[in-house]
Amino acid sequence: MPMTWNGSPFSEASLGFLQIPAWLGRNAIQLIKELGAVFLFFLRGLVLIFQYPFQIRKIIQQIYFIGVKSIFVILLVGIFTGMVLGLQGYYTLVKFGSEGVLGGMVALSIIRELGPVLTAIMIIGRAGSAMAAEIGIMRISEQIDALVTMDISPIRYLFSPRIVASVVSFPLLTALFDVIGIIGGYLSGVLLLGVNSGIYVSRMEGLVGMNDIVGGFYKALGFGLIVVTICCYQGFYVHTRREGFGAKGVSLATTSAVVISSVCVLITDYVMTSFLL
Amino acid sequence: MQTPLIEFRKVSKRFDGKPVLDRVDLSVYPGQVTTLIGKSGVGKSVTLKLIIGLLDPDSGQILFEGRDIGRMSRKERRQMRERFNFMFQHNALFDSMTVFENIALPLQEKTRLNKRDIEERVRSKLESLDLLGIEFKYPSQISGGMQKRVALARALISDPQVVLFDEPTTGLDPMRKNSVLSMITHNQRNFGFTAILVSHDVPDVLYISNRVAIIEQNRIIYEGSPHGLEQSQQSVVKEFIYSLEALKKDICGLPDRSELEKAYMKAVHAWHTAGTFGVLVFRIKDYRAIEEEIGEFGAFEVLNTLAERLRSYVGSWNYIYGRYDQNTIVCLLPGLENKEACEPVLWRLAEDLQAQTVFQPNQYTTYCYEFSVVAGCIIGSDSMQLDELVQAAQPELKTLVRLSCAQTTNRGSYA
Repeated sequence: MPMTWNGSPFSEASLGFLQIPAWLGRNAIQLIKELGAVFLFFLRGLVLIFQYPFQIRKIIQQIYFIGVKSIFVILLVGIFTGMVLGLQGYYTLVKFGSEGVLGGMVALSIIRELGPVLTAIMIIGRAGSAMAAEIGIMRISEQIDALVTMDISPIRYLFSPRIVASVVSFPLLTALFDVIGIIGGYLSGVLLLGVNSGIYVSRMEGLVGMNDIVGGFYKALGFGLIVVTICCYQGFYVHTRREGFGAKGVSLATTSAVVISSVCVLITDYVMTSFLL
Repeated sequence: MQTPLIEFRKVSKRFDGKPVLDRVDLSVYPGQVTTLIGKSGVGKSVTLKLIIGLLDPDSGQILFEGRDIGRMSRKERRQMRERFNFMFQHNALFDSMTVFENIALPLQEKTRLNKRDIEERVRSKLESLDLLGIEFKYPSQISGGMQKRVALARALISDPQVVLFDEPTTGLDPMRKNSVLSMITHNQRNFGFTAILVSHDVPDVLYISNRVAIIEQNRIIYEGSPHGLEQSQQSVVKEFIYSLEALKKDICGLPDRSELEKAYMKAVHAWHTAGTFGVLVFRIKDYRAIEEEIGEFGAFEVLNTLAERLRSYVGSWNYIYGRYDQNTIVCLLPGLENKEACEPVLWRLAEDLQAQTVFQPNQYTTYCYEFSVVAGCIIGSDSMQLDELVQAAQPELKTLVRLSCAQTTNRGSYA
C-alpha cells in the first residue's frame, strides 16, 4: 500500500514530546514495510519476464512508448543543457586561462551526472506519470480485476514488459542525451565563443575514460528500474490509498509517482556516485 | 442428491469491521443458472468475488467440487480459475484496446491457438452476439448495450465451465435487457456452463434461473427454486417477488389486502361505538382478460382511474379502503345507517367515471375490448369479518360503468 504518514506527533490524542518517538517509530515501520512491498513487487515483475510465452510485442510497444516517444524531449533538453554547460564552463574556465578543458568538462559532467539524471527526470515526467495514471485507471475501473479473472497475471501483463522497456530505453536515451549534450557544448563553446575545436575534442577524449561511460550506463540502468517500479507500484495499488479513491486517488498516485521517483533518482545518484568514484 | 459445484459453508466477510456476509451457506449446482438477488450493498458482488478469488473470506469455507479453495495450492487455484470467467457490472473492458482485441485477449494470453483460429473464434462470437461491424472500435465509441454484449462475448470466448455475471443488465433499456438475459439463457443451454448471476431485475431474471438465493442483512434468507420463492411466506421474500406490484400499489395509493384487513380490525371497534358503517365493493370484471386484450398498462389505468375517482368522492369521510384482490376495491365508510345512503356516492362516481378517457371507445383505435366495472353497497356490522362483508355485497353488485366498443353510451345501472 502506498505510504502515508500515520497522523501527527502533535495531534490531540498524542500530546507531549514523549509521543514523538512513537510517531517516528510507527512511520519508520510503515516505511520499511512499504520498501519491502515495493521490492517484492519488483522481484515478481522481474521473475515473470522470463515466463513463457515471452511478451515480445508488448515489450516493443513499451520501448516505443517509453523510449522512442521520449527522443524529442531528450534531444531538446540535451542540446540546451550542453549549450548552457558550454557557456557557463567557458566563462568560469577563462578566468583561470583553462578554457581548453571545456570539452572535457562538458563531457564529464554530462556523461557522469547530468545525462543519466536529467534523462531519468525527463522520462519520469513524460512516461512515468503516464504509467502510474494508466495502471491506476485500470485498477479503479476493474480492468486489473478482469485480468485476474481471466487468469492473466496483471504484474506480468502490465509491469514486466515495462521493466524490460526501461532497461533498454533508459541507457539508450542517456547515451543520446550525452551525445547531444556534448554537441550542445561544442556549439556554444566552439562555434559561439571561439574555443578551438581540436582542443575541445582532444581534451574530451583525454579526460573521459571508459569507467565514466560505464558508470553513467549503470546509473541509467538503476534509474530505469527505480522509476518503472515506483511508477507502476503507485498505479497498481491506487485502490489501497487512504487519502483518496477513484479519480482523486489516481491523481494522487500520479503525483506520488513523479515526486517519489524523482527524489529516489537523486538519492540513488548520490549513493552510486560515491561508489563509482 | 446432486453434489454442489460450489458451496459456501458459514462464510463471513467484513470490510473495515462492518460485516457484509455473516455465516452464509450457499450451494451452486453444475449446469444450472443460480441467481443472487438482494438490495444494493448487501454483498451480492462480494459473493461473486469470493467465488472467483478476487477476495478471500474472513472465516468459513468455500468449496469447489468438494475441495476447500482456501487449502488449494497456487497451481490448483490457477487450474480452477481457468474454468471460470467473470462478467463485471461495469464491463471492465480494456479501454485502450479495440472490441476485437478485448474479446481475443483471453485466447491470446491463455491458449496456443494461432492468429487465424483466434480471429475465426472471435468473429463467430461477434456474429452470434450481433456485434459485427464494431470490432475495430474502442469501448468508449460504442453504446452501453454494446459494451455489455462485448463483455459477455469476452466472458464466453474461452468456453468457461462457470460464468459469473455481476448485474449483466444494469443500465440497459428493457429490450436490451431482455436480449442480454436471453443471450445468457441460450448460451447457457448451448454450452452447458454453470451460471451465477447477480441481478436486480426481479421478476424477469427468475424466468431464466434454476435456483434463486436472496441475500438480506448479510445472510441468505431464501435459497431454492423460483417456484418455491413464490410460495414463500417471508415478508422480505414477498417484497422482492412483488416489487412490481408494490410499484403499482404506490402509484394507485391503494393499500393491499393485508393492510386493508389490519386497518379494518383497528377501526371496527371505534366504529362500533359510532354506529353502523357502509361497505362499498367495486369490481373490474374480467381484469385478466383486459390485461391480455388491451394490455397491462391499459388495465392498470382502469384500476388507477377507479381508485383516484373513488378517493376524490370519499375523501371527506374517515374512510378505509384498499385492494381486496387483483380486481376488487373495498371501501368502508363510517356513519351510514342504510344502504340507500351510499347510493348517491355510487351515482356521482358512475357519472364521473363515464367521462374518463379509459371508458371512451374512441380511445381504443387499434383494438377495443368491452369491459365493465360493477359496484354494490351493504351496511356492515362489526361482528363480521372483512371476507364476510365482501361476500355479502356480491348480490348487490350492479354495473357502475362499462366500455362498449360498438355503442356510444357507456352508462351502467347507476346512471
